[in-house]
Amino acid sequence: MDGDDRLLDDRTPGVEEHESTASVLSYTVGLGLAIVATIASFIVAQTNLLWPPGIPVGLIVLALAQIGVHLVFFLHLGSGPDHTNNILALAFGVLIVFLVIGGSIWIIANLNANMTAMPTH
Amino acid sequence: MTTATIEAASNRLAHQRDSGPAPTRIVVAYGFWIFILSDIVMFSALFAAYAVLAGNTAGGPTGADLFNVRNVFLMTMCLLVSSYTCGLGALSAEQRKPERFLIFAAPTFVLGAAFLFLEISEFVGMIDKGAGPSRSAFLSAFFTLVGMHGAHVSAGLIWLIYMVAQVVAKGLRAAVLRRLLCFSLFWHALDIVWIGVMTLVYLMEVQ
Repeated sequence: MDGDDRLLDDRTPGVEEHESTASVLSYTVGLGLAIVATIASFIVAQTNLLWPPGIPVGLIVLALAQIGVHLVFFLHLGSGPDHTNNILALAFGVLIVFLVIGGSIWIIANLNANMTAMPTH
Repeated sequence: MTTATIEAASNRLAHQRDSGPAPTRIVVAYGFWIFILSDIVMFSALFAAYAVLAGNTAGGPTGADLFNVRNVFLMTMCLLVSSYTCGLGALSAEQRKPERFLIFAAPTFVLGAAFLFLEISEFVGMIDKGAGPSRSAFLSAFFTLVGMHGAHVSAGLIWLIYMVAQVVAKGLRAAVLRRLLCFSLFWHALDIVWIGVMTLVYLMEVQ
């Protein structure tokens, strides 16, 4: 109720309003999940728990999961109306990151495969 | 549900519909978020360079020869817990508890500095073994990517000292709170970049 009352008083645009979604609990849950994901990555990388050719995929999946945990529990990216712009910007950023990394790897691997053998000196 | 709650909810809807510009806090966080995303796009170029060059060791040492998994695990934990205490500090600041903010700022700084110390000693050890950035394309890309992340962490530590000084000198006024919000966004974002470094650079090599 307190938060709602404060909102009613805050009719002037641009005035600070604090409706924090963060809490000690959410940070602690986030830390716990992040530590679990980190330990899982190290175990997957160092043992044959996963089918060895599948290890890189497993590592990438764990990294994406951990990034998700960080975005939700540490950066508090939610689905609220205040976050629409943030989510859109993030989606655009992710698109650029995948274009740059995926595109570079693809193009260079293709060039590499089509290279004629270099004369050895 | 009481009538008061319903009234408050409908008032909030009205507030959203004709509220004019968003609160400064939201706008500042959005602007800083755009900066962080552009920083991550810059990191993605370095990641792409590393991914392309990782195999070109020019007869020199490979990642599997050089990387120490225990060291990487320690660095990851330092950064993770530092992110956690930074979040708790930001929370205390939001609740206008400057003393608790200062208590949480201390471990945030110490763990960030410990991360940096481990990273620099790793770099020094590699250069001593003759595996400096000029040895091979793989090592050039490695030092650029990991060094850039380390430079960001150093900048974050300096920023943290500056924020502590502001909280002590000015108190938790609105402008200081907004800067603290930006700082914690920056610190959490560095953690996200580190997850990429840890996975793509270290764990992919030592498996």
